Amino acid sequence: MSILSLHNITKSFGGNAILRGVSLEAGEGEFIALVGPSGCGKSTLLRIVAGLDHADSGEIVIGGRAVSAVAAADRNVAMVFQSYALYPHLTAGQNIAVPLAMRRLTAAQRLPFIGNLMSGQRQIRADIQRQVREMATSLKIDHLLDRKPGQMSGGQRQRVALARAMVRRPSVFLMDEPLSNLDANLRIHARGEIVELHRRAGVPTLYVTHDQSEALSMADRVAVMIGGNLLQLASPQEIYDDPAHIEVARFLGQPRINVMETRMDASGTVRFGALTLAADCVSPRETPVLIGVRPEFVRLGARADGILRARIERTEFLGSEVIVHARLDAIGEAIVAKVGPAQAATLVVGMPVSVDIEPDRAMLFAVTGERLRAKTVNVASAREKARG
Amino acid sequence: MTAHSITIGRILRFCLLSLGALLFLAPYIFMISTAGKAQSEIFSSSLSLVPEQWSYVENFVKALSRVSMPTLLLNGVIVCALIFLAQVVVAIPCAYSMAKLKFRAARFMMVLVMLGLLVPIHATALPLYVAFDRLAVLNSYAALVAPFSISVFAIFLFLQFFRAIPDDLIHAARLDGMSEVGIVARVVVPNAWPAITAFAIFSVVAHWNDLFWPLVVVTNQNYATPPLGLLYFRAAEAGDDYGALMAATLIITLPLIAAFLIAQKRFVEGITMTGLKG
Repeated sequence: MSILSLHNITKSFGGNAILRGVSLEAGEGEFIALVGPSGCGKSTLLRIVAGLDHADSGEIVIGGRAVSAVAAADRNVAMVFQSYALYPHLTAGQNIAVPLAMRRLTAAQRLPFIGNLMSGQRQIRADIQRQVREMATSLKIDHLLDRKPGQMSGGQRQRVALARAMVRRPSVFLMDEPLSNLDANLRIHARGEIVELHRRAGVPTLYVTHDQSEALSMADRVAVMIGGNLLQLASPQEIYDDPAHIEVARFLGQPRINVMETRMDASGTVRFGALTLAADCVSPRETPVLIGVRPEFVRLGARADGILRARIERTEFLGSEVIVHARLDAIGEAIVAKVGPAQAATLVVGMPVSVDIEPDRAMLFAVTGERLRAKTVNVASAREKARG
Repeated sequence: MTAHSITIGRILRFCLLSLGALLFLAPYIFMISTAGKAQSEIFSSSLSLVPEQWSYVENFVKALSRVSMPTLLLNGVIVCALIFLAQVVVAIPCAYSMAKLKFRAARFMMVLVMLGLLVPIHATALPLYVAFDRLAVLNSYAALVAPFSISVFAIFLFLQFFRAIPDDLIHAARLDGMSEVGIVARVVVPNAWPAITAFAIFSVVAHWNDLFWPLVVVTNQNYATPPLGLLYFRAAEAGDDYGALMAATLIITLPLIAAFLIAQKRFVEGITMTGLKG
């Protein structure tokens, strides 16, 4: 059952379309990462879900209730901000207590001085204190409760922000790049912690990030947004191995996927050097198409019978692997390959190499970006044919 | 060698600054001196800074006995406090809504605030006077306070300060369940103390020292503010008793000087934080 569902959300600012009809469903306890380049609308979408911004059209349903017209405070969503947005004048403990106090105490009970005289507030306040302490203990920040945000490190502030968001058990959890202000080591560590907290709380989470490795490593499903469109929503593996759009393929993966332009004839056959692919569609005439191959599926070798020939231009040593930049002789385009250090030792800049592509790993895209399904023709037989 | 030249430069700068300070302080110093002189010495042809005969006690006794100094000071405190309170209560929600809420008239209102900054009290004095007269509220605290209760300067100053408050903080407060009023009271004001302190100094100094408006609306001595009281003192009681007059002036300037010295650190902080340093 889906806890959060978005139907066809659109939003534009001053004539610029920021969101062009985004739909999404999050199930119980699901962790969805919204990933995309900056300006793709992912943060705007999050703000719309939170109720901090209004969609031009579309529907938001949280826990079976349409909330498009409901104020942010009444949607029962919690959010962790990139800047943490802790109240600078309150201690960590008071910060965490705010959402509880706002919900449990009446307006009169919250009044300074007079509120202390109201009946029943003492019991509620004690209860809130107990919960704050429990939350802080589970996040290992109980020793920081009396400190103000200005006296804490980035990592500590981030935990306090998490605690403030989690303490009131929201029905949806929103996170807007909560790790981007941490240093690299802490960020990797915090990833694991957030995933663990998410598992324990079991609350559906929308996690906005521009960092693809964060998205792929943390999420149950990844939603790739580009230019205001949600291009694909799938598991990390599916989205990496089987992208539905060239932009998705380009955005995910480091180094970036190799994209080469070629043509498809009327029968749906695509030739790329000695590689021949049969597309699952037919077109009335010859059309340009794009072939995408991830660098790890590009093989370089000294053999003369690869599908293409290239010359090595540059290598980047990354420890466990080496990135090789080469230029294809035939079309003058660059191709990037990921090879092991052992093989890389045999490669010298300027050396001619043969390039092979793992045939079932080559992906076809229309020039507009949509994925074309390909039935790969055996490369060897294609090669034979080329020779014959 | 360099150390030597720096010392000379330093001495020069120090001298220049001291000279400037002395120049600005000269009238006040002369006032302190005159407050301690006897009538005959003030009108003598020689000019000395240190009184020949110390008549401080005499002059202060005169100043305190001839006018009701406590009433003047109390009026000053009441009027300044009411004005400041009203200004803050009006300006903070105004500035918050213009800085952080999106609505169509925001730009137009901003223009109005800017225009408001350009209109001096002297331009509106006459219509206000006529209106207060019709309402029969001349000679009251209301007449002294009401025209200043909405300060466009305060709105402008707080607006600049609030714009620097991160939007995320406001968003977090909304998600935590606060109403807009709650956000102003619980998040904005506690973080705006430097701006409020800076504005307090501007406001209190201006209205404590204001002579123009009290002169227009107050003829009853019971509502006289300190500068107006001095005027009465000079006209009616002291005549040409400048020693006593200076003593009285000294008394009414003391609260402000004391307040500034106490709040000096916060004041400088507030000015630098609001970006008014220019």
